[in-house]
Amino acid sequence: MPRLMAASSHRVSFTLNGRVVSGEAEPRMLLSDFIRHVLGATGTHVGCEHGVCGACTVQIDGAPARSCLALAVQVEGADIRTVEGLAPAADRLSPLQNAFRDNYGLQCGFCTPGILMSLDALLDERPNVSEAEIREFLSGHLCRCTGYASIVKSALAAARQRREDRVYA
Amino acid sequence: MKPAAFDYVRAESLDEALDVLAAEGADATILAGGQTLVPMLNMRMARPRVVLDIMRLPGLDRIDIAEGAIRVGATVRQRALERQADLGKHQPLLAAALPWIGHAQTRNRGTVCGSVANADPSAELPLVLVALRGEIELRSRRGARRAAANAFFTGIMSTERKDDELIEAVSFPTAHAGAGYAFREIGRRHGDFAIVACAAVVDTHKARLAIGGVADRPILRELPLPGSADLTDALDAFAADLDARDDLHATAAYRRALVRRLGLQTLQEAAACRA
Repeated sequence: MPRLMAASSHRVSFTLNGRVVSGEAEPRMLLSDFIRHVLGATGTHVGCEHGVCGACTVQIDGAPARSCLALAVQVEGADIRTVEGLAPAADRLSPLQNAFRDNYGLQCGFCTPGILMSLDALLDERPNVSEAEIREFLSGHLCRCTGYASIVKSALAAARQRREDRVYA
Repeated sequence: MKPAAFDYVRAESLDEALDVLAAEGADATILAGGQTLVPMLNMRMARPRVVLDIMRLPGLDRIDIAEGAIRVGATVRQRALERQADLGKHQPLLAAALPWIGHAQTRNRGTVCGSVANADPSAELPLVLVALRGEIELRSRRGARRAAANAFFTGIMSTERKDDELIEAVSFPTAHAGAGYAFREIGRRHGDFAIVACAAVVDTHKARLAIGGVADRPILRELPLPGSADLTDALDAFAADLDARDDLHATAAYRRALVRRLGLQTLQEAAACRA
């Protein structure tokens, strides 16, 4: 049974956006800080650090979750996806990201990475998602620019786009 | 907003976990989904010396529906129970309450037993467990025991779990033929802590209502059936007895008013859906 001592750092490995990564973490290090400060993937933003704002949302084994409410050592061996994993190439946005761009779905952009990771999972799971379901899911995210109307519009546009892509695929 | 230092132990078997709890006692805190514990670590309201991660224990991730109860193991996440096939048929109250817990993003991590263990006075799962007269299964090096939900919750974030005990499972009784169930909650926004939450069970002879978010724990009371003349007085008395307090979210008077009105609506809804 592994016991990781408080005062020392320990090797943590998991898959980040399809690549195996590893770094050193004390037991108390949050996943959000590990992703940003140890791995240098700063696309994930940190807001409230107690699970309320949703800015730090990533996908852990496919399910959107707060990275500030997980310890790095807890996700050893897990499959983590962050906003950096959405775009298919360095010069191309994903359909969801494009929908946010087309529909003014972001203003300052601070809440956007978390919202994208939640919506990406939601649209995958429910291709025919309703506006009410989108709003319910977005209740787990705060946008202090209060741009919710455009965020909902972007999500609906992305869902529509996904359905069309599926038809012509 | 960063946790204080602690040792992290990842138990690989139930025996190992119980050994750690027996050795460390109150210095150890059990980590399951972390959706209550990690915020408390971040805010340093909790400063354990040892954090015991139980999520990799084998065999505790089962949901068993048999013999009149839905038994939920220690590592079952709230989202997994929410997605259990026909949950609403087996126990409509549980199915109605689950979507009110936090947000989809926290239910993906948070466990059913963890919510019961932490015993937040406004939490939905302790309320439902009390309303249904469910049970908590505890295990330690000293042996196993079952606790009735009604006696288990002892105050704000406190239960009668001993320091060396692990909640192995909780059991929610399944729906009775002829009984109706309803859940209602008022909060500022969806996903916020409940200002008042109501869980009602009504059958042909009796009605009972459990209230969360008002007293220091979920409180259950038998009440006259909806439609009977003395229900209003009984609800008024229940609301008065709950010892509501003013806080940042609501006044005591508002909470009492919600117990009377939302409580009545919840009982009426439960009576209307009697199967």
